[in-house]
Amino acid sequence: MNTGFNRDYLQISDLRVSFDGFVAVDGVDLVVLPGDLRFLIGPNGAGKTTLIDAVSGLVPATGSVQWAGTELLGRKVHRIARLGVGRTFQTATVFENLTVLQNLDIAAGAGRGVRTLLRKRSQVPESVTEVLATVGLTELADAQAGTLSHGQKQWLEIGMLLVQNAKLLMLDEPVAGMSAEEKDETGELLQRIAADDRTVICVEHDMDFMRAFAASVTVLHAGKVLAEGSVADVQADPRVQEVYLGPGAHTAAEVEAVMGEAH
Amino acid sequence: MNIRSILSSRWAVLGGFALGAILLMGVAPAVLSDFRLGLLGKYLCFAMVAVGIGLAWGRGGMLVLGQGVFFGLGAYLMAMHLKLADAPASTGVPDFMALISSDGVPWWWEPFRSGAVTLIAIVVIPAVVAIVLGLATFHRRVRGAYFAILSQALAAAFAIWLIGNPRSTGGSTGLNNFKGFFGFSLRDPANRLMLYLIAAGALLAMIAIARQLMVSRYGELLVACRDAEERVRFLGYNPATIKTAAYTVAAVMAGIAGALFVPIVGIISPNDVGIVPSIGLLIGVAIGGRTTLLGPVLGAIAVAWAETSLSEQFPSGWTYLQGLLFMLVVAFLPGGLASLAPTLRDWRKHRRSDTAAGQPGVAAVPEGSA
Amino acid sequence: MEVLLTQLFNGLSGGSILLLAALGLALTFGQMGVINMAHGEFIMAGAYTAFVVQKALGDAGVSLLVSLPVAFVVGGLLGVVLEATLLRRMYHRPLDTLLVTFGVSLVLQQLARDIFGTAGVDVPAPAWLSGPLEVFGFSFPRTRVFILVLAIVAVIVLAALLKLTPLGRRIRATVQNRQLAESSGISTRRTDLITFFVGSGLAGVAGVALTLMGSISSNLGTSYVIDAFLVVVIGGIGQIKGAVIAAFVLGVVQSWVEYSTTASIGKVIVFALIVAFLQLRPQGIYVVRSRSLA
Repeated sequence: MNTGFNRDYLQISDLRVSFDGFVAVDGVDLVVLPGDLRFLIGPNGAGKTTLIDAVSGLVPATGSVQWAGTELLGRKVHRIARLGVGRTFQTATVFENLTVLQNLDIAAGAGRGVRTLLRKRSQVPESVTEVLATVGLTELADAQAGTLSHGQKQWLEIGMLLVQNAKLLMLDEPVAGMSAEEKDETGELLQRIAADDRTVICVEHDMDFMRAFAASVTVLHAGKVLAEGSVADVQADPRVQEVYLGPGAHTAAEVEAVMGEAH
Repeated sequence: MNIRSILSSRWAVLGGFALGAILLMGVAPAVLSDFRLGLLGKYLCFAMVAVGIGLAWGRGGMLVLGQGVFFGLGAYLMAMHLKLADAPASTGVPDFMALISSDGVPWWWEPFRSGAVTLIAIVVIPAVVAIVLGLATFHRRVRGAYFAILSQALAAAFAIWLIGNPRSTGGSTGLNNFKGFFGFSLRDPANRLMLYLIAAGALLAMIAIARQLMVSRYGELLVACRDAEERVRFLGYNPATIKTAAYTVAAVMAGIAGALFVPIVGIISPNDVGIVPSIGLLIGVAIGGRTTLLGPVLGAIAVAWAETSLSEQFPSGWTYLQGLLFMLVVAFLPGGLASLAPTLRDWRKHRRSDTAAGQPGVAAVPEGSA
Repeated sequence: MEVLLTQLFNGLSGGSILLLAALGLALTFGQMGVINMAHGEFIMAGAYTAFVVQKALGDAGVSLLVSLPVAFVVGGLLGVVLEATLLRRMYHRPLDTLLVTFGVSLVLQQLARDIFGTAGVDVPAPAWLSGPLEVFGFSFPRTRVFILVLAIVAVIVLAALLKLTPLGRRIRATVQNRQLAESSGISTRRTDLITFFVGSGLAGVAGVALTLMGSISSNLGTSYVIDAFLVVVIGGIGQIKGAVIAAFVLGVVQSWVEYSTTASIGKVIVFALIVAFLQLRPQGIYVVRSRSLA
């Protein structure tokens, strides 16, 4: 190990996923370092969600996914989760019949022994209390998760990743359906999380949100990496413009309308 | 939660158990005839199965349609031991076997001459079957309807196997005519009372265990598995293990219930373990409220009581009623009678304009499959 | 060799009975997700329909052919009533449909006992189906050959219905994406009803076929319904061809295991084989891939 460089990074090489002959991810190479807030964008069917499905063990894939020096491909979903890899889903999936507190407590407890499991929770774990504050749900700790608003559910999911102590967080459209204020709060939260030396990958269609909060961007198209770099780099890339706007030259106004204003 | 509410809830729980114990072990033996008490003992056996079903189905979302198998395993193991103990010392061959053939006792009966082996087997064999089947199915994510159908197929195969081997299992007549129970004569009313009290004690113990499991972190995890199994997986748990544990507890409870059923009722036959009795065990649970602790117990006792009283007078009437109960309760009142309680409570609260927060709704019946 | 061929034929014959019983389930369970335990009693209703038709017509030869369409309609109507009264409100609770329809099956069985009595009744086979059919020196019971042919015809008709007709397209569209189907102008309510009519009608046809195998009684359905469900589970949900393969494989395996051991231990072995098979293919022979989390 050289000069204290954090080895907990994600390195994907030549990742391929196919469903019955249809190639959804076609030889993707990707490196994401801790502290990065990486956005994965691309048109529908580009393979964004499939990529994080493969990393989290939901779909079988070939190639290599190394996380903190460990190969993830071929491991079971819950084993991968225990290595510190967490993810959310397009539709927020929380345990609707349990309270916010219970949701977080379960997320915090994958390493618990049988004895702890068989006992009633006598006190709230410190990590849970902290995360409740971080995601702004302290007031709602005893509310049933099913009664939360869409945005609150997404925050609860992010909170669950935090108490789970995931070092690699993969979020699938976390701000879909949120109000502008909620989006800003979510974006700031993600920036804080990334600053805490975690690796954050965010699949997103919302270009304004991406522009406001992305530290770096990877554009996928038809299962391949089309472009990678800062927001400005990617927006200026003619190949990206072509994918979003169709072939030919495009005016600045057109580009801005779809991809947002370049900085 | 403050100290006072913890204490009061703890006292409430202890008080509830004490009340249950007094009713079951004090009042019932005092007011009921020997015959009626024997019937109640039989209902309590069904209630024990129901406690396990409530845990596995209500909290775990596993539609367990083969509990008759575990009930039958416990029952037949106990019945084998009792038949061997009753057998004349000269031959050691139980009466029904001697009638059918002169081959003697099958080798796999022999271990159950020992009472200790039998008691251990009553717990271990249902547990092992449940663990093997549970891990095999849940591990490969066979669940929901597939699991329900498999558990039913197991019940069918078990009943067919029993009927097909009359020489060693008594066939469709089953095993009956037991004289003693671990050296105590079953003719003696005092011993029959003892058996009833053992059943009552076992039921209370099982309720206590189920309650501990439900309020524990494990119980929350089980509900989480029921409602969003994949999400649990992504948190680093293996849902197969979590669900198999609840399934195994339910199986052991059913096995013990079966073992007590045999000396109390005096007969076990394939009619008590096949597909129809296995599903029949679920209706009481559904009526009482599948996700609650006491709903399944009270529901199972009420249904068993109704069956005895009605089928005496109108044999076909009971089948119609049972069918209608399944149709109406499951379709229109999926939470069972227990789901009416919060509605009533809310209504009374409204009247008193009280605004205390309710219990978190683990009692809600989940949508979709598990 | 002769044993081999006889066992193979017995297996295929058993498989064809399973297939007839399972084909309707492949629609109602496979395509709609309803676990209809009363399917067995729809089979029973079909069998009793054959009994009643024969009493009315007298002639066994004609009545068998008349019974088939009548039983289809009887089974279908029972299915439609069940769907419209109870099941339509339960599509979001598939597991609970099992318990509700089990209640229906209890009621239908008791009704049959009250109407036709507890003793089994016989429907004599027509003269043109009595005796064996000689092929290459081997003889096969004509009744079993008839059932085999009937099962194959039923599969072909059903497959053609699903693949070639507008109704089939509506059914498949509704199964694959209910909301999209609705917004494309398909009445999913009507499609559900028709699917249930056809699936339950096939149970009625299976019931008529079963009258050729022996006497019929109120518990006729219970002995077939679990095996029929297993066929759909092994075949894979949402695929008719899976059910066809599974039915014949299960029929042949069952016949062989029961021949080499005994009928009672055979059931246990077949159950263990099915659990083992699901270890390899948890979703059956044919898997319909989807992106959903469940």
